[in-house]
Amino acid sequence: MPETVALTVTRYRPEAEAEPTSRTYEVPFRKDWVVLDALNYIKDKLDGSLSFRWSCRMGVCGSCGMTVNGEPKLTCAAFLSDHLPGPIRVEPLRFFPLVRDLVVDLRDFMRKLKKVKPWIVRTEEKPLAEGEYRQTPEELDAYKPFSMCINCMLCYSACPIYGLEPSFIGPAAIALAQRYNMDSRDQGSRERLEILSEHDGIWQCTFVGECTKVCPKHVDPAGAIQRYKLTAAVHSLKTLLPWGNR
Amino acid sequence: MSASSSHYTLHHPKWYRRRVSVWWWLQSRSYTGFVLRELTSVFVALFALVTLWQVRAVAHGPEAYEAFLTRLRSPLFLAGHALALLFVLFHSITWFNLAPKAMVVRLRGHRMPDALVAGANYLAWLVLSAAVAFFLLRG
Repeated sequence: MPETVALTVTRYRPEAEAEPTSRTYEVPFRKDWVVLDALNYIKDKLDGSLSFRWSCRMGVCGSCGMTVNGEPKLTCAAFLSDHLPGPIRVEPLRFFPLVRDLVVDLRDFMRKLKKVKPWIVRTEEKPLAEGEYRQTPEELDAYKPFSMCINCMLCYSACPIYGLEPSFIGPAAIALAQRYNMDSRDQGSRERLEILSEHDGIWQCTFVGECTKVCPKHVDPAGAIQRYKLTAAVHSLKTLLPWGNR
Repeated sequence: MSASSSHYTLHHPKWYRRRVSVWWWLQSRSYTGFVLRELTSVFVALFALVTLWQVRAVAHGPEAYEAFLTRLRSPLFLAGHALALLFVLFHSITWFNLAPKAMVVRLRGHRMPDALVAGANYLAWLVLSAAVAFFLLRG
């Protein structure tokens, strides 16, 4: 086992530089350290000016997504020992505007997420006296995998379509729309269909499949999008039929 | 929204946007595989055109058909067909492997395993190919 490992980290100081550069830091190697631990070591001991986002350290908050050796990863789950001998390249998430060092601008995703109405839409609320909306275990299973999304945006960073067409609504937003479409309590699938079958919706996806591969929570956005394409296609076919309801 | 030309101030950060390289599809094996899979459609379309041409030759009588067959035996067409076969095989195999992702088959409340959904596609492929081979080789 090596004593130390080198990390080549992207630096971008917009007040001083026109373009990002990179800097290599030598950090102690520990078997139980992840890339995020090494970044925190750099910040504490070597260079306090390094900026990056992180919070929970346990794959729940979705803040610490970065590109590690070219792959989008949660740095709290990327062990140094899996990336030996180094230097380990730590770069910001691809395809997002860079704010500083490893910090990217998330607003585009936040705007898209809101657009797909990721909440339970009811056309009519049941009176309180009738009690809660109950679900069978099968009904729960139908949407549960999609509800595991932590908005870490690794899927956007893995999607070349998003890189080439930034207006594409993107994998996580579509998977989260499906999370509510498949929920037996929800009545908003028609509204979401209008948004998702627009030009920048599901039809931009050409099934590269990388979003599913990089997802740390096994959400399978690629599968969600392909299945949603079928739903949308069946819906538009129905509207073409004379007896179909528009 | 951001403007990369604007000057940095404390309350107005300057974003950096990296342009996606035209060679992005060479940056990882799976991207290259994806672009190759998309390209296969060109060969599928070309083969369909050859088939239409064949139908046309049949309609124009035995001489035209003979001329068509002679044309097919030229090295250029043989090489083209060999290449098309490779791409069409790649097309079929990659899409069959993706079928379970795009299609969830449920039977008695249980999701069918991926291997079974892909396997059913391969089986159908095999049966249809065998049927075509039977009709062609029979005479």
